[in-house]
Amino acid sequence: MTAVKADERLADVGRLRRTLIRPELGAVVGAIIVFAFFAAQSPVFRSPAGIANWLDPAATLGIMAVAIALLMIGGEFDLSAGVLTGTTGLILVTLATEYGVNVWLAMLISLAVALGIGSLNGIVVTRTKLPSFIVTLGSFLMLQGINLGVTKLITGTVQVSGLRTAPGFESARVIFAGTIQIGQVHFRVAILWWLTATALATWVLMRTRAGNWIFAAGGNEQAARAVGVPAARTKIALFMTTAFAAWLVGSIMALRYTSVQANIGIGQEFIYIIAAVIGGCLLTGGYGSAIGAAIGAVIFGMADKGIVFLGWDADWFKFFLGAMLLLATLANRLVRRYAEEVKR
Amino acid sequence: MILQTRAIGKAFGSVLALREVSMGVAAGQVTCVLGDNGAGKSTLIKILSGVHRHDAGELLLDGVPVSFASPRAALDHGIATVYQDLAMIPLMSVWRNFFLGSEPRKSFGRFDVATARRVAREELHAMGIDIRDVDQPVGTLSGGERQSVAIARAVHLGARVLILDEPTSALGVKQAGVVLRYIARARDRGLGVVFITHNPHHAYPVGDRFLLLNRGTSLGEYAKADITRERLTSLMAGGAELEQLEHELRRE
Ligand SMILES: Nc1ncnc2c1ncn2[C@@H]1O[C@H](COP(=O)(O)OP(=O)(O)OP(=O)(O)O)[C@@H](O)[C@H]1O
Ligand SMILES: [Mg+2]
Repeated sequence: MTAVKADERLADVGRLRRTLIRPELGAVVGAIIVFAFFAAQSPVFRSPAGIANWLDPAATLGIMAVAIALLMIGGEFDLSAGVLTGTTGLILVTLATEYGVNVWLAMLISLAVALGIGSLNGIVVTRTKLPSFIVTLGSFLMLQGINLGVTKLITGTVQVSGLRTAPGFESARVIFAGTIQIGQVHFRVAILWWLTATALATWVLMRTRAGNWIFAAGGNEQAARAVGVPAARTKIALFMTTAFAAWLVGSIMALRYTSVQANIGIGQEFIYIIAAVIGGCLLTGGYGSAIGAAIGAVIFGMADKGIVFLGWDADWFKFFLGAMLLLATLANRLVRRYAEEVKR
Repeated sequence: MILQTRAIGKAFGSVLALREVSMGVAAGQVTCVLGDNGAGKSTLIKILSGVHRHDAGELLLDGVPVSFASPRAALDHGIATVYQDLAMIPLMSVWRNFFLGSEPRKSFGRFDVATARRVAREELHAMGIDIRDVDQPVGTLSGGERQSVAIARAVHLGARVLILDEPTSALGVKQAGVVLRYIARARDRGLGVVFITHNPHHAYPVGDRFLLLNRGTSLGEYAKADITRERLTSLMAGGAELEQLEHELRRE
């Protein structure tokens, strides 16, 4: 009987460890440390206005990071997500300014294009079984070329602008690029979109069949398929979700600045992945959290603005980025070891 | 017979992986498929479970010729397969794995998480599987526990035929015994079981019928009454070869 007793005790320790070791854990601890660091040195940083200031980059990055987290949990990457935010913005502004299309209709058209590109990424990846890293690297380069080439063809410059005077602009701006006043402070509406996206993604992951399929498709696609999970369909849907997020962010940016540079979004794809990884996503798929990715984005927002508040050179941001990534991956590896260790 | 093959065959390009194999599995019975490495055991059960399509002979479900387009199609006909290596997803919890692909639903496609947790715990308990915590990742279970959960899962999801590809081959004596017990329990619940193994000592105690495969062809299907454990072992090992081996390994 003593053997059984020892076993029970072991199980209790295991349960405690499990509640502690969640995918978000590293991100939460990291966010607290980063906040404490900047807040201690900069009163502006911890003021409501300061918080509104750094929550804004966290929000636009966070919308993407959450979508990329879902995709990574499903076992795939999307390197074209960053430029796609540019593509969707460019389509919106070009249609509205050069062709006089109503802003709302232009947004619908750019959404359709984005979803088309997303599903194409997904179909190519699932049909060819090529690594999504390569497939989306291809679409990344192609979109980058199209963004610049087409913009130059149409406008003769490398940007499109003048969205402000387009029909339907004002109503769209209020919804996608407006602000909400709480007390004396103006918060960007993007923060609401980001919170909604995080809540929705978390709900899908934890409380729907699709969520179960996402974990399974990323954890072991063959095993998932063998028990009847539509893994390919799940993955295509995830690529389309990422494209949808890129459309949302692209539209928010276009409506906010009323102009779009043709080279916008390049290099962002890695930031999304880094935020998702800091939030606990494994590069190998099958594990991670949407909340974690959202917190990963908060860390970025805080560092991005905090470094400016402290009057440091912005180059330090890159150093910070690398350090966070390394720490997060190390923490993740521990989690995975624990989860996969086989008790004999 | 629920599921039956008649002179079934399968070729991969020029490789004849399976030729003229006839076998069957009945409700509440265990059919064991024995054979050496590369004998075609996995190929046979992959035809039964919808992974491959046969290109000769007939596959009969309740006496009607069928051909499954996908594992899903076979599943929909109540044919569940537990593969040794890809039975479960290690990073997912026991209850998520238990209902994977057949999640209980509430409205709006919501996954009924509470029911899934409760039913998984109850079903495992009913099969006599002692899992401490259904929230733990499957990767933390032992090999035998993982096979047991996969079997309980197939039983619960209403399988009529349960196909097990070498569920005991990587297990120690005690763990193998545990899995054999669940095979017997699934059989007692009225399922037809197809049990693939290398090991006649695992097959003989639970088996009702024995199909012997060698290099893609059948050495015959025997009812338990028609074959002794010794005969099974020697057929399996290719009798003469074993004697030869014993001779070779003898000390000078
Ligand atoms: N997809 C495939 N393509 C080509 N040849 C195959 C394929 N699958 C199996 N074979 C061949 O068919 C033969 C039978 O293989 P099978 O996997 O059915 O053997 P097995 O009895 O399951 O062996 P083991 O005990 O090692 O699992 C082997 O010679 C194998 O190389
Ligand atoms: Mg095999």
